[in-house]
Amino acid sequence: MTEVVKEPSMLLQKEMIARNYDAITSKHESGRKVASTFVPGNLNELLLCFGIVNNLPEINAIQNGMRRLSGSYIMEAEKSGHSEDVCTYVKADIGMMGKGNIAPNGKPFPEPDVLLLSYTGCYTFMKWFELLREQYKCPTLMLHVPYEGDGHATHNMRDYIVRQLREVVIPGLEAASGVKFDIDRLREVLRNSAKAEDDLVWVLEQGKRTPSPIDAYFGGVYYIGPIFTAFRGTPEAVTYYEMLRQEIQARIDAGRGPVTPDGTSFDDQKYRLVVEGPPNWTSFREFWKMFYDEGAVVVASSYTKVGGMYDLGFRHDPDHPLESLADYCLGCYTNRNLPTRVDILAKYVEEFQADGLLINSIKSCNSFSAGQLMIMKEVERRTGKPGAFIETDLVDPRYFSAANVKNRLESYFQMIEQKRRGASKAA
Amino acid sequence: MPSTAEIVARCQTLFEDLDFKEARAWKAAAPGRKVVGFMPVYVPLELIHAAGCLPLGLFGGGDRMEVIHGDAYYQSYICRIPRSTIELGVTGRLDFVDGMIFPFVCDVIRNLSGMWKLMFPNVWSKFFDTPQNFDPEIGGRYYVEELRELRDGLAALTEREVTDEAIRASIVLYNENRRLVREVYAFRARFPWKAPNSEVYLLMRGGLMMDVAEHNAMLADYLAAAEAEDRPKRDNVRIAVYGSFCEQPPLNLIKSIEMAGCYVVEDDYSLVNRFITADIPVEGDPLEALSLAYLRSSVETSCKYVPREEDKGRYHIEQVKKARAEGVVYATPSFCDPALLDRPMICRRLGEAGIPHISFKYAENSGQMQPIREQAGTFADSIKLWS
Repeated sequence: MTEVVKEPSMLLQKEMIARNYDAITSKHESGRKVASTFVPGNLNELLLCFGIVNNLPEINAIQNGMRRLSGSYIMEAEKSGHSEDVCTYVKADIGMMGKGNIAPNGKPFPEPDVLLLSYTGCYTFMKWFELLREQYKCPTLMLHVPYEGDGHATHNMRDYIVRQLREVVIPGLEAASGVKFDIDRLREVLRNSAKAEDDLVWVLEQGKRTPSPIDAYFGGVYYIGPIFTAFRGTPEAVTYYEMLRQEIQARIDAGRGPVTPDGTSFDDQKYRLVVEGPPNWTSFREFWKMFYDEGAVVVASSYTKVGGMYDLGFRHDPDHPLESLADYCLGCYTNRNLPTRVDILAKYVEEFQADGLLINSIKSCNSFSAGQLMIMKEVERRTGKPGAFIETDLVDPRYFSAANVKNRLESYFQMIEQKRRGASKAA
Repeated sequence: MPSTAEIVARCQTLFEDLDFKEARAWKAAAPGRKVVGFMPVYVPLELIHAAGCLPLGLFGGGDRMEVIHGDAYYQSYICRIPRSTIELGVTGRLDFVDGMIFPFVCDVIRNLSGMWKLMFPNVWSKFFDTPQNFDPEIGGRYYVEELRELRDGLAALTEREVTDEAIRASIVLYNENRRLVREVYAFRARFPWKAPNSEVYLLMRGGLMMDVAEHNAMLADYLAAAEAEDRPKRDNVRIAVYGSFCEQPPLNLIKSIEMAGCYVVEDDYSLVNRFITADIPVEGDPLEALSLAYLRSSVETSCKYVPREEDKGRYHIEQVKKARAEGVVYATPSFCDPALLDRPMICRRLGEAGIPHISFKYAENSGQMQPIREQAGTFADSIKLWS
């Protein structure tokens, strides 16, 4: 297989991720503490205040998926009694522990000092960390983020989260790290967050251009990398997003599309899609190729909003630090109810002038997947644009059927063509 | 006094009636009456009752309904209860239901609450999120406000104030209901041959579809009748069933476990009326009382976080000991995240406590009972031989 062609921002991100893995695996030498936590509702700014290194099991599972290791890890977990029906991120994580718990840098993961169970938008998170707690016997700090069942956050929800931050999370992180909480330090970090968020939103908004200079799904997962993981709030993240913005501005100036992994500029864009749902990671590159080979670019996606919906206007606010963390958690994509998800996706289809909505339904992710068929029908009804549905999994290679996915995509593109012909005849 | 057979027959009629004729009749009996449906596993029914509404337990369509439309809403890897619930909705079987409450169980039921809003915009529907922080000053304060919001939503639905006095009166009735339910469970644990699993199951399911006062009378009648009746005692082993709190096994599966040589002396089927384990005080602020009951006196189940590692599975082990069960069948619906994610942890704890256990999966419309019978029968034999 040829090496994936990487842009400078991707190389910088790779360095940042490698540094973070080194920080995690060298905790015994450095004396730094390590927390495991999740992407949605990620409280990286708080962890930075305590000098705690952030380790994200979801990202580890993704890394293992892309490196084709997750399949054997999942089977290892299933052998030890974990059901074939449940989240494959969890099983990839548990199976990895069973097989030596080796980080992507080849060194063993140390045991975390604290599990920061930021419980936002996904039921599985709660059980995942109960399972890890059983293994590691370390303190677990639960932050319960209520679901926006009626389509909006309430004062009660916000107050509840702030109270948990004050009474549970912050004292727990103080105890784990031995560092006293300094709210001014948090304000400073949040300022960095907001800067990076401005640039990320600018990047994602460029999908509205024709041709689109970005791919908001396959490329998008790289764009969200630093801000959704261990870097939001750091000067490095600010630098990364400035660099990314410059790269995309250069593409716009040159009238070019995004760079594909083959190293070509994807300029001949025939179809513009909005995609709902996470990508498949075990065949990520092959999956992406199915799109650009057919001339399909993704102009907006919901997956790039799981770690925060900055495009809807939210920014971390140094003047209201804890309240702002609460609002951030409440607003993550999978914490919003189904009617709101329909509104968001229909808006994307309209505003990004997409040809339709494609749903990549993930077998083992009920938070995303339950209700997606209805989402598709509703978005189709509201926008008049055709929708399509494909099924894969996050990191279980057994559930990626390239031929089926390709067939469905080709049929979908034919459907779009037909719709266009119908529209031009009617005109 | 009615016999157990008569009581169970009435419950079975309610259980099997997917047109909900009795609930429709209850609503039609007086102008302005409202019916509020609720899904598993816990809703403070006291508030619905205090609002003058009939709380109607909805547990999908079981194996008695062909799901045609519901399958069009879900992928093959989603459990069955939401699709059969949608089937009930789109076929008009719930057209008399004025409100729907979707309590927190998992992401599937959570998302179903949003689907209901889109599909039935004229029905008041509510996702009811219970706290995962059990400190009265944190989770408790949040929960009291959520209860207040629920109360106000019900008041808006019924266009009548839901007073504290009315809530207290409802708490009294539900305290009595829970006490009688506990008595039935205790009676079954003592004399499982006199209160077969399927009978107790129907008695509980039927109770979630009728007025609580009527159910209280029925429970008392059942206890009296079951005590008076003489039934043959079999050489069965005593087991507990866990993992079946949301999507329900078909009645035939429940019977099959017993036919395979197991007396079920403890279970978490449908759970609603055993979720709160102690009387709720009727003095003081009733919302505070409901909140504290949830925080301090509710069962350990998969939709609740267990704050301390050492407490994980403790409830199950204590219940097994209390009911003198000799083993556990962990029976869970296919694709049920809560039960299946919990299964390794609970089963490990059971193993550490020396409690034999097996597990299997089912769907509410499972039809093949032979494998279940064989598995449960082998389990029963192994307990008899080796435990």
